[in-house]
Amino acid sequence: MDAKTLYDKLWDEHVVRYDDNGTALLYIDRQLVHEVTSPQAFEGLRLAGRKPRRVAANLAVPDHNVPTRDRVQGIMDPVARLQVRTLAENCTAFGITELGMDDPRQGIVHVIGPEQGFTLPGMTIVCGDSHTSTHGALGALAFGIGTSEVEHVLATQCLLQRKSKSMLIEVNGALGSGVTAKDLVLAVIGEIGTAGATGFVIEFGGETIRGLSMEGRMTVCNMAIEAGARAGLIAVDETTIEYVRGRPYAPPCAPQSPEFERAAAHWRGLVSDQGAAFDRRVRIDAAAIEPQVTWGTSPEMVAPVDGRVPDPGDECDPVKADGIRRALDYMGLTPGTAIIDIRPDKVFIGSCTNSRIEDLRAAAQVVADRRVAESIKLAMVVPGSGPIKAQAEAEGLDRVFIAAGFEWRDPGCSMCLAMNADRLKPGERCASTSNRNFEGRQGRGGRTHLVSPIMAAAAAVSGRFLDVREL
Amino acid sequence: MDKFENFTGVVCPLDRANVDTDAIIPKQFLKSIKRTGFGPNLFDEWRYLDHGEPDQDNRNRPQNPDFVLNDPRYQGAQILLTRENFGCGSSREHAPWALADFGFRVIIAPSFADIFYNNCFKNGILPITLPPIEVADLFAIADGPEALRITVDLPRQILEISIIRDRLGFAVDPFRKRCLLEGLDDIGLTLEHLDAIRAYEDRRRPQAPWLFPGNGLEAR
Repeated sequence: MDAKTLYDKLWDEHVVRYDDNGTALLYIDRQLVHEVTSPQAFEGLRLAGRKPRRVAANLAVPDHNVPTRDRVQGIMDPVARLQVRTLAENCTAFGITELGMDDPRQGIVHVIGPEQGFTLPGMTIVCGDSHTSTHGALGALAFGIGTSEVEHVLATQCLLQRKSKSMLIEVNGALGSGVTAKDLVLAVIGEIGTAGATGFVIEFGGETIRGLSMEGRMTVCNMAIEAGARAGLIAVDETTIEYVRGRPYAPPCAPQSPEFERAAAHWRGLVSDQGAAFDRRVRIDAAAIEPQVTWGTSPEMVAPVDGRVPDPGDECDPVKADGIRRALDYMGLTPGTAIIDIRPDKVFIGSCTNSRIEDLRAAAQVVADRRVAESIKLAMVVPGSGPIKAQAEAEGLDRVFIAAGFEWRDPGCSMCLAMNADRLKPGERCASTSNRNFEGRQGRGGRTHLVSPIMAAAAAVSGRFLDVREL
Repeated sequence: MDKFENFTGVVCPLDRANVDTDAIIPKQFLKSIKRTGFGPNLFDEWRYLDHGEPDQDNRNRPQNPDFVLNDPRYQGAQILLTRENFGCGSSREHAPWALADFGFRVIIAPSFADIFYNNCFKNGILPITLPPIEVADLFAIADGPEALRITVDLPRQILEISIIRDRLGFAVDPFRKRCLLEGLDDIGLTLEHLDAIRAYEDRRRPQAPWLFPGNGLEAR
């Protein structure tokens, strides 16, 4: 048999049938559901008199709209409150498990899936959210879908799909000190562009990727969508298997049951075979990557921290030059400005990209025994889930952040997309560990600079971007 | 879904690359639990000079005269012409809902983001990918004093361009074309293959029982 890529293996294991023109009916093992993209799907089921095919294959959680403080008071915004209540009502009506706002396991959908062991290696996983690519870090085929497809999966446990092309991004070499998985993936997007992987599934491979923790791998796969990819993947290894072992929804372990080892034996085969053919290969030298800061309104508009904001006059492609001009105008930056001369007003550490325990530990280490700069109007940490918040508190990280002048909040998507009360005012500039720096993403007129958690922490204590290694 | 029928529509040129779904429909409008009514808030932050909120009367809001959707030449446009990577970012289907609710039925661009592209077909919108050079030519014409009209012929996969009286062919997946033309319900079509789905599950369950937890899927 021909050598197969990891993507080929995951795809082949899930094809129910092909139709005459090559469209596959793909079986979906798990669906994560949140309040924003599901109400119309449940309504569609109701109107058609349909039921979910396998309720146990779905897990729901409110995250986009939930407040990150004073939660006992409930949600103040009546429209958001109705949406969160609608999720709870739909889950009750259709028998789907929901980790509600007062459940200690509640958190960002892409944080809790792996954390609870609900999303596992080898699965096909979908959610009405583009950052579903995160779960690819487990060696699962995971991708975001629209609400019509949420309804389709609820009703049929399948999706109509055409196979994507495959891309291998091979990262070798050691990441420098102060250089994280976030910098790596921002550098990759800077290299291939925000549409560089459109039509592809990316497998991230190479020794640098194998050396990353699961948290780091999730950060990398999370942002595969920001390069346009359908999904990001990382091969299963012992890091993956040890991460999954013992999680609440994972198969039970020895000595109670042999099921985990049986599953693990299967998962160990979820790697690309030697000599498997990819449609495109990209090589990245990890040692050449420096801490990254985005300066524009697309994640590809990124520069190393010792770099400068570009000049649109140096760009020969008129569409790109126009994009740079528009971005600089929106961001309130002039060409040639040094990144280290940019001064944020707010700092946000959180989101499905960077809100896991390792992110919080690293950021806390930077802020320990330091103070948030006078010029910073707000610095906040929003843990990705209830269990992460509890663990951070058990380790005393909350006290480190609070002592430095940060606000320590409850879990949710928060200022990544500003659907709740956490948002920027027009013109405010934010050092953010999230994934999108689009116009208005963190609030109308708000200006987002994407960075790693330690770079955000360094910006908080120094009042400007600086190379975290110089702190 | 309504059947997609041939039509002739005015082209509105939105000359930006990487238009993301946050720009197409900002997040505050995603709190709705309905599928309709998003049209007045399409491109809200570009289209109006003030900050928009749900359930607001949009007719009295100050419009941004520099935004192309407010240009008198393009009133009633049903075809959106734009640049690379249209619809990138969030998977929100509210983006095609807003475009359709506004009246757009066709979007022409050199490339589209993957999830957005899929979502269009589920909502009766035909996204057409044309080579960058053809898109650039259309921009040059659409920017003129006379409104550019295009006749969209989906069965023959042809665009008839007014003013220059030219024709352009375009590609579309045959299955998606059929769904648009017949207004088919995807879920109904898939449920016709219920036997194949059951056979798959029966084959898979003994191979990978951890994928098929019992009813309730209780965490331990």
